[in-house]
Amino acid sequence: MADLTAKGEKPEYLFWVGCAGAFDDRYKKVTRAFARILNHLGCSYAVLGKEESCTGDPARRAGNEMLFQMQALQLIELFHSYEIGKIITICPHCYNVFKNEYPDLGGHFEVISYVDFLDKAIRVGQLKPDFEKFSGVRITYHDPCYLGRANGIYESPRSILNSLTGKLLEMKRNSQLALCCGAGGGQMFKEAEKGDKEIFIERTGEALATEPDIIATACPFCMIMITDGIKYKNREDEVKNYDIAELIALSLGN
Amino acid sequence: MIANFIFSLLLIAAAWLFTRNVKRISRNIRMGKKVSINDQKPKRWKLMARVAIGQSKMTTRPVSAIMHLFVYVGFIVINIEMIEILIDGVFGTHRILSFAGSAYPVLISLFEIFALLVIVACIVFLIRRNWIRLGRFWTREMTPWPRSDANIILVTEILLMSSILLMNASDGLLQDRGSLHYAVVGPFLISDLIKPLLAGLPDASLIVIERSTWWFHIIGVLVFLNYITYSKHFHILLSFPNVYYSKLGPLGKMDNMPSITQEVKLMLNPQITADHTANEEEMGQFGARDVNDLNWKLLMDAYTCTQCGRCTSSCPASMTGKKLSPRKIVMDVRFRAEELGRYLHRNGNGKGDGKSLFDRIEAEELWACTTCNACVEECPVNIDPLAVILELRRYLVMEKAAAPGELNATFSNMENNGAPWQFSNEDRMQWAGTN
Repeated sequence: MADLTAKGEKPEYLFWVGCAGAFDDRYKKVTRAFARILNHLGCSYAVLGKEESCTGDPARRAGNEMLFQMQALQLIELFHSYEIGKIITICPHCYNVFKNEYPDLGGHFEVISYVDFLDKAIRVGQLKPDFEKFSGVRITYHDPCYLGRANGIYESPRSILNSLTGKLLEMKRNSQLALCCGAGGGQMFKEAEKGDKEIFIERTGEALATEPDIIATACPFCMIMITDGIKYKNREDEVKNYDIAELIALSLGN
Repeated sequence: MIANFIFSLLLIAAAWLFTRNVKRISRNIRMGKKVSINDQKPKRWKLMARVAIGQSKMTTRPVSAIMHLFVYVGFIVINIEMIEILIDGVFGTHRILSFAGSAYPVLISLFEIFALLVIVACIVFLIRRNWIRLGRFWTREMTPWPRSDANIILVTEILLMSSILLMNASDGLLQDRGSLHYAVVGPFLISDLIKPLLAGLPDASLIVIERSTWWFHIIGVLVFLNYITYSKHFHILLSFPNVYYSKLGPLGKMDNMPSITQEVKLMLNPQITADHTANEEEMGQFGARDVNDLNWKLLMDAYTCTQCGRCTSSCPASMTGKKLSPRKIVMDVRFRAEELGRYLHRNGNGKGDGKSLFDRIEAEELWACTTCNACVEECPVNIDPLAVILELRRYLVMEKAAAPGELNATFSNMENNGAPWQFSNEDRMQWAGTN
């Protein structure tokens, strides 16, 4: 972003990578996949790179409002300084705070989830995935809480996956009733409280019950949890966990 | 007539008691923080029509949805019968609505069908609770009182409905026999079927049965009316306003804390040193320690809860054996509101009783929440247990610095390097470099 601004250019979108997209080795691949799609589409976008910082979401959900607002107010100032209008995120948690919570603090932006963006691009024909690539592949989809219940985004991931596979496999608990992966609300960063089972194992069990080849996710935390769950169940040889962006990138063949 | 006098007296006493009880609940709800919820009225009415009146969120569990529909519609329909009982009671008439002629037996038969459906539903509910022992009715917070409360309600409803049927059956027999005072207004669809059970009794006994079931029904209703103000069953009244005052925006949005914004702006930009000290005193406490730190809607939530446990049965933490149960949180808020409300009422509005929500709720429960909103989504009357959990977390973290150690480490990472993990910002572009 800084480089483009120095050149006097103003990209249409800010591609918000998020901490997991920048630091988690597995999710970095998703970041690359989505960047490839953006390039494929010839989108005008930029990333903040080293200027990115946590949105403050985990702090707010863990009760640390002070830290959340510190992060948020600084980011809003940064966004304003670059005159950012549209933000695309690949993290539902970032999406949720930008869209629903930054306006309370004076940050009004058009916030777009990458699944909505991809769905729209496919619908209008800009993005033409190779539908043959996944024909016959069994795919199920795990709803991230912060796309689904938190923001009502159930349809666009399903429409993408249905167009890829013909028939998406639904888990017993899906959409509004989907079970959490166990990582939200700050849980990603701590051990779970004592119980008789880990949530991610319960959820992975439900996903595996659909006998999928691929469990599709759309959130970095869900991906960490579900990938762990597949390993825990010793199924990593037959069942893969991909993000929706990766599946589309794969189907584009580049 | 002495009976009319006694009846009127009972009616007035019950109404007076009920008013007092409702005032108590209203007083307790108003202990909560003031927030104004009166935006988007058309949307709120529509929501209430769909979710509360239309029961739309019940449908995810079909068996209880249908059974509950019987009781709900039955309750509304049979209340028309109450009009007749009240007029008869005050003026000493008998079956005053029978002036409706041939429509009358149709009306009474309709009541009877619903009375039967209510009995069937209540029996099914009792079986599910006590014999099948459905998991969600036997979690930790379902101590003897909540379990008895449910059974008292169900048994009372069965008795009230049975008394109507028995009353109509004996009335019907007396009609058939041409007894004085029992004009022919039947036949009645369901109670006609139980007539043979009473057929051997003389007129005098039938009159005793008819009169005593009539009195039993009306006294039962008046007692029940007051009982529900102490019971989870108060949902029959509060569900409607509670849905009306629901959170309308996306479930993912957390309430902002404007009091902190000013503070943070000062920290980020020390040049503006305006009225700092004055502000600090106005800021008050962060988060919620007790029920009166929560807003009134969250207290209304607690009084609306009928402890069905859908929230807990859909909670990822509860279903994997963690201590957290969203229903328990909501129940704790109600029981604590009762306790504090009683104390403040007796001791003037001075200091509290030295207790708080944290005497009932452990930190371990609060930290098990994943903020997934499953409980909020599930609740048929739009209760928000998550909002309470988050307010209590805010208190623990900002007032008590009592976050779990790992979360404190996360906070420091965020402060020091702008990410919840310990990575340097310099490495944020590595994803683009490696392939």
